[in-house]
This record gives sequence, C-alpha cells and structure tokens, in this order.
Amino acid sequence: MITRFEAIEHTADKGILAYGDTPARVLESAALGMFSIMTDLELVRPRETIEVRVTAQDREALLVEWLQELLSRSQAANLLLARFRITRLEEAALEARAWGEAIDPSRHTLKVEIKAATYHRLVFAPGADGWMARVIFDV
Amino acid sequence: METPFPVERLDEYRWRIPRHGGMRVPGLVFASRSILEQAATEKALEQVANVAHLPGIQGASLAMPDIHWGYGFPIGGVAAFDASEGVVSPGGVGYDISCGVRLLRTTITRKELLAKSDELAEALVKMVPRGLGARGRVALSRSEMEGLLRGGVPELLALGIGWPEDLEFIEEHGCYPGADPRQVSERAYERGGSQVGTLGSGNHFLEIQAVDEIHDEDGARLMGLELEQVVVMIHSGSRGFGHQVAADHIKVMNGVAQQARIALPDRQLACAPLDTREAGAYLGAMACAANFALCNREAMSHFTRQAFGRVFRSDARALGMSLLYDVSHNLAKWERHLVDGRERELLVHRKGATRAFGPGRPGVPARYLKMGQPVLIPGDMGRYSFILKGVESGMERSFGSTCHGAGRRMSRHQAAQSIDGRQLGQQLRSEGILVRATNMRELSEEAPAAYKDVQDIVEVCEGAGLSRRVARLRPLVVLKG
Repeated sequence: MITRFEAIEHTADKGILAYGDTPARVLESAALGMFSIMTDLELVRPRETIEVRVTAQDREALLVEWLQELLSRSQAANLLLARFRITRLEEAALEARAWGEAIDPSRHTLKVEIKAATYHRLVFAPGADGWMARVIFDV
Repeated sequence: METPFPVERLDEYRWRIPRHGGMRVPGLVFASRSILEQAATEKALEQVANVAHLPGIQGASLAMPDIHWGYGFPIGGVAAFDASEGVVSPGGVGYDISCGVRLLRTTITRKELLAKSDELAEALVKMVPRGLGARGRVALSRSEMEGLLRGGVPELLALGIGWPEDLEFIEEHGCYPGADPRQVSERAYERGGSQVGTLGSGNHFLEIQAVDEIHDEDGARLMGLELEQVVVMIHSGSRGFGHQVAADHIKVMNGVAQQARIALPDRQLACAPLDTREAGAYLGAMACAANFALCNREAMSHFTRQAFGRVFRSDARALGMSLLYDVSHNLAKWERHLVDGRERELLVHRKGATRAFGPGRPGVPARYLKMGQPVLIPGDMGRYSFILKGVESGMERSFGSTCHGAGRRMSRHQAAQSIDGRQLGQQLRSEGILVRATNMRELSEEAPAAYKDVQDIVEVCEGAGLSRRVARLRPLVVLKG
C-alpha cells in the first residue's frame, strides 16, 4: 500500500497532491496530507479511534466532504489524527476509521489551523500510475 | 497582460470588464496597472467576471485593489444583490465569517511601551490563547452560547466580559440582526464552544502598535489619536464555529443551485435565491457566526485589557483602553444604496473587503458621523497598518466598500522555503519589533516580505475615491497563532 502526498503552491493558502494505487488509498493519502499541514504526524499516537461516514454528490465532492468531516470531527474533539483506513467506498459514499489522540501542546508540533477543505481547483481522477487528487485548504 | 476577454481602462484606478457571455453586469476593478496585471496572472479577473453571472446582481461585480483569487468570489470582491431577484452566496462571504479587525486606544506612549514590551508580550501570551488546539478562557454553557449567537456582545457583557461602552463602536451595536441558532449544526457548537477568546492562526494577529504618521489632523483628533500613542489591533474571526457554518451551508447550496437551474460558471459560486428557505437558513446561521466573531474579539479585548492593567499596574479604564472601532471584512449585509438614482435594499457581499460608509450615513457611530466610518487596514508585522475613513464618493462607487489588507505577494510555500522564521524573529527584534509566535518555523509564511506594501493598496483606494487615510501605525509587539 503506497500512500503519498506533497505540498503544492497557492498564494494565500495550502494545497496538497495526493497519490495512491486506488481511490481509497488516495483518500487516505489526502487525509495524511491535510493533517501533516497541521502537525508532525509521527508524533501523534494512535490512542483513540473514530468511525466516519460520509456521503456527497459525486466523487470529487466526496473527497472534500471526507476531509471536511475529519477536520470538523477532530477540531470538535480537540484531536489530532494520523492514520486512516477506508473500510467501504462507493462512488459518492464512504465509511472509514481514523486513529489519533488528544492535542498535547507539550508533545505535539502545532503548525497551522486549517479553516476548511475547499472545492477550489479540485481534482480526483485516475492518473498515469494509479489515482491522484488535488485539494486546496483555506488557512 | 493576458486575459481571455478585453479589459478597458476607465481611468488611472478603475478598470472595466465589459459584459460578455453570461455576464449580467460588467466587472469593475479598482487597481493600479501593476496590481491589475498581477490579478490577471492569477486569473482573479476571471473570477470577477464569473460573479457577474449571478442573478439579481446590481451595478457591477466589483473588486478592491487587494484583489486575489479566492473560492468562487475573488478576495477583495464586492457584489450587491436585489432583494427580489438576487441570491446569497456563502462563497461571497468566505469561510471565516465576519473575520474582522478592531482597534483599542491607550494613553501609553511608544517609549513607555518599549520599556515593558517583553513583560507585556508574556502577559498577553498567557491571557490570549492562540493557534491550533487553543482553548478559550471563557467557559460557556450551551444556553449561554446560544445567547451569544442570538444576542451578540450584549450577552457577553451580561456574563461579565467586556465593556458596555464598546457597543456603540462595534458594527450593528454588537449584534447582527436575524441570527437564528436553530440553523447552526451541532458540529459548529462543538467546534466553537471552547474557542471564545482565542486568536486563531494563519494571518490572524494581536498587535501592539504606535501611531507614527497622521494624514488627517481633524480625523485623528475626532478618533482620539495622536503621534506616538500606543494602540492595540486585533485581527480575527469566527474561528471553527464560523468555518463549520460556512462549510455546512456551502454543502447545502451546492444542491440548491443545481435545482434552481442557475448556470454557474464555477461550482464555488453556489448560491440560493433570496426568497428560498436555504437562503434564509444561511443568513440566519451567518448572523450567528458574525455574533460569535464580535464576541470573540470583545473577549480577547477583555483579556488584553487585563494584561495591560497588570503590567502597567493600573486598570484598563485608567489606561484609556477604549474601543475605537470594530469592523468586519467578510460578510453579507442588508443595506440601502442608490442604484440608477433609486434607493434600493440590497444584500451586499464583501469578502476581503471592508464596509466604509461616508459622513452622515446611518450606521456610523455618532462620534464619527461628520468624518465618516473608521476603517482598519492591517498591513504586515514589519512595516505598517492604516486607519482610514469612509468617504461620500465611495457610497456610489463601491456600495461604500474599500480594501481590507495588504494581500500576499509570495505563496506560503515560497515564503517557507526562502525565509527562516527564527532569523526573521531576530531581525524584527533588532528593528524594535517583538514577535511571539507559537511556531517560529511557521512564522516565515507571515513574513513582511511575503506581503505586498499595504501603502500601495491604500493609495489606490484613496485615488479611486473609496476611502482616505487618517493615520499610519507601526508594530511594536506582535502575537501570532
């Protein structure tokens, strides 16, 4: 299982490109990418689990709504999440599990707060080598 | 300059995008030539043209000189809609609903402040939580929270936080009308519940500044400002609460626009006609988020005043820490404006644009009525920020709107690559500016070099007749999240 992401240019905000062999892997990579903007993932222990269910209008919207749901769940519960597993995926619906722990300012690196995952320049499509996605976040 | 459509120069500071394709009105950009050219490369001009497609839009699709590409609407975008034919679009407000700026006065001089910078910075760091994961000092029950959302700052005062005399100097007297807490999701309550009195991160800041230039003697006198006077500027919004409200309603609107068969050149212009349930729901929730933002800035002011009181061994009233003004730059407001000679009730969207009402205009506090509304324009942490005033000509040219800040010239990525945050901190220290950031590495993204010179922006607004400078402010102590 390969999960990869990288940061991309955007004037005022932050973006990522996420890659994976399958759409599910891309969704997981994108989630890792988003949380890596907020914190150093390797310092976050998988102490707690949350279950996530998302539905959307179409595949691209699903990507945004998945990230939005993770963002909003984690902020509401004051958690950082660092591991993700899609357990069920349809064109525009998914179920997943995520692992992380409560924010601990003495241990965790706290970089920047993300306001939202946006639809701006959104891509979620098959690429040369599997699937890829692009998401821009409002910081 | 490359654009897929012609752009006409009307004069030195005004550029028109003539109607073409599905545009219902022309576009009008207030900018210098170089600002316009940069906007063109970012495709922000296309966004101005796209907004002009929306039903019920009046006059023109406007953009201020700090124009940037944004989500659907450009940042710096202003668009006014007719009550019966128009729409509301959350993208025309932004995710950070009612992000805004306020300014507190003091009777402290720059010299007096510099003698206590470190102590004051430390006190503020303790009193004003900031950054990711920050939890506010104000504990609220669910019903207290609903009270704040519905009733705004007066409800916060009832909890013993803030000063009653501030109300007059906050837009809408500290309470946006029409707030409907039932339109707010549980998740928004969860996100916002512990965030009242927190600064946020990114480009938000709490800055202690000194007045270093006065451009309008009468205006400065009326605002109670003089050279070397220390003031406090707070830039923040509705925190996770507002971001959740925006996201919730954008999701709903995506479906509505499809159903109403509104042809959208960009998905992010998702909107609802003003006579729909969805439009009402968004506006009711938006007003809650706006009240949250006002309460947030008032709460931070409360703790800032306490910090000053402690460090200067006095109390904040004796230190003259009254509120000069609090104004939003991400909001949709019902306002009366002249369109083709007739006065109409319009929903004016401003995203990254500040309301700037002229003299005599209802809504301007009595104290400032003959001058015009104060406008607070943050620059960057190394150079300066400005206080402007609204002018009569702005009412007819831009629905009483002006810019909101400097705008970036370097992406966050570029800034992070090319600037060392720690060195930046040291550099600013040597210039007499003390910066406290939760993460010095991330500070590079907010470096002065990453921002345009706000003076250029403010000069264009002046040249275009949208606002006029009153005073310039220099940073002394900067708190970043």
